[in-house]
Amino acid sequence: MSNLNTTANSNPFRGKRGINSFNNRFFTILVWTVGIAVVLFILGLLFLILKDGMPKLSWNFLFGLPSEIEEGGGIGPALVNSFYILFLSLVISIPLGMAAGIYLAEFAPDNKLIGFVRICVEGLASVPSIIFGLFGIALFVEMFQLGLTILGGAVSLAFLNLPVLTRVTEESIRAVPKELKSGSFALGATHLQTIMRVLIPAAMNGIITGICLVAGRAFGESAVIILTAGVTTSGEMWDFSLFSPGETLAVHLWYVQSEAIVPDAQEIAQKAAAVLVFFVLLINLVFRIPLWLNSRKMQRS
Amino acid sequence: MLDTSSTAGQIDLGGSLLTGSGKPFDRRKRLFFMNRMFRYVCIACAAFVCLILFLILLLMFRTGILTFGEVSFSEFFLSTEWSPETEQYGGLLFIFGTFALTLLTLIISVPLSLLIAVFLSTFVPAWLKNMLRPVMDLLVGIPSVVYGYLGLTVLIPLIRDVTGTGMGDGLLAAALVLTIMVLPTISRISDDSITAVPKKYSDASYALGATRFQTVVKVLIPSARSGIMYAVILGMARAIGETMAVVMVIGNTPQIADSLLKPTSVLTSNIVMQIANVPFDSTWNYALYLMGFLLLAISLLMIVGVRWLQRRGVQH
Repeated sequence: MSNLNTTANSNPFRGKRGINSFNNRFFTILVWTVGIAVVLFILGLLFLILKDGMPKLSWNFLFGLPSEIEEGGGIGPALVNSFYILFLSLVISIPLGMAAGIYLAEFAPDNKLIGFVRICVEGLASVPSIIFGLFGIALFVEMFQLGLTILGGAVSLAFLNLPVLTRVTEESIRAVPKELKSGSFALGATHLQTIMRVLIPAAMNGIITGICLVAGRAFGESAVIILTAGVTTSGEMWDFSLFSPGETLAVHLWYVQSEAIVPDAQEIAQKAAAVLVFFVLLINLVFRIPLWLNSRKMQRS
Repeated sequence: MLDTSSTAGQIDLGGSLLTGSGKPFDRRKRLFFMNRMFRYVCIACAAFVCLILFLILLLMFRTGILTFGEVSFSEFFLSTEWSPETEQYGGLLFIFGTFALTLLTLIISVPLSLLIAVFLSTFVPAWLKNMLRPVMDLLVGIPSVVYGYLGLTVLIPLIRDVTGTGMGDGLLAAALVLTIMVLPTISRISDDSITAVPKKYSDASYALGATRFQTVVKVLIPSARSGIMYAVILGMARAIGETMAVVMVIGNTPQIADSLLKPTSVLTSNIVMQIANVPFDSTWNYALYLMGFLLLAISLLMIVGVRWLQRRGVQH
């Protein structure tokens, strides 16, 4: 027995094992610390944004007209413009993006040209948003001489959304099990009927998640809007003209924080940031709840 | 009589048959027509997406190249004097700023993101994992202006207090804000690729007596290497192209950043601050478009890099 113990003590690997277990313990502590710190940091960040602004919100602020010099300006037109531009850009980009995605998933042959098209879509998805803004200026302000308008902002934003929607649609349609498609063909359905009544409903979950992501991004996008729709509103509350300047909430936040001269800029910025984050979270969460319930139901049955 | 009437009846019958079969035939034709049209519409849309990319490339290139009518190639790329009022268009300081900012961001964010990816994929119990992953995904969606706003109101005063400098804006502030922005992207994709490593690899490693540290560093991370590289490149693309958050904290002064706390400027921030004030047909504007073209070229090159990595990942 004692012999065994001494060999264990004089084990040549013993020192190394000590380092290993020290490393392991150190690593475990490090990872847990960083992980918990980051999670707390994230929650703190969200809390910080919502805490400063949310309690001070009022209807007057949400639907009031902004003011250039006096205190108490609202964000009404900017908020309306945000939703209006988001709506217009989605109306333009969802049909186009989905059709392109359906083509890539269903019709496209597997050759070099289509590989190139895929690279183009990916490339467009990685183009920095400010480039779409420059493109919008060159197209709408210079070529069509429209000036800074809601229309220009919405179309530029739609171009920004387009590649993401295309990729999401393609991926979700590809993920539909092959049996569903074969079954539909076996019942004598044409390709169009199969796509419309089988593939798209089956891929809906993924497509709607993608649309939520895109909508949240478009709602908070500011670089494109500053360049193509300007930093002013028409000054009226419900102005649905396509050709009036269209400052959105995100732009307003930047404008108030860095350029405006109103005395209560700090407070307006706090409240605007809270509203912005609140709506982005809402867009990301609310649309997913039905999908989440749906998938739970599917899993149970 | 009877004969003719029967033939007439037959003709009638045939006629009714013809009209009767006319409808399904029309329906069939309509279905084929719809199918074909739908296909063409889809092709047109896919072509349209490509067309936009080429239009953007063409427009940026055509406008940007006009810069060299008045400014020499070497002046734009090698000079750091940017004062368009006196006809000096040196773009080097912005290019340097962009690369320095991206590098600094990556130096801070990659180790941190890797730790978080390891935390999410191997350390945390399943119930916490299911709660944390959606939270990280939500962070990706928070608008960049909000990050810029937080940087301006929280981070910069903090930097001022800690370092004792007067301004606080500069590369350090911008890199910290960008780190927070790219952190969820890099860590979630790395997390996914570490989770995708077959379980038998880590089981085999533990069976050989390796500690968790050794398993993570010598088995999991090398196996997930191509996914992690993909994540880093995506984060890099986001850092290079990010505009509003950077504009709010970098100081927007056209001077080369020889210190982390000196206000400077990068490609994106310079474009967005100046584009609204310049006439379209001026060298100043052309130079801004040239900067845009550079950004575009960098981000497209990265996509080619990602493709290459993916192909290598498939081969492995």
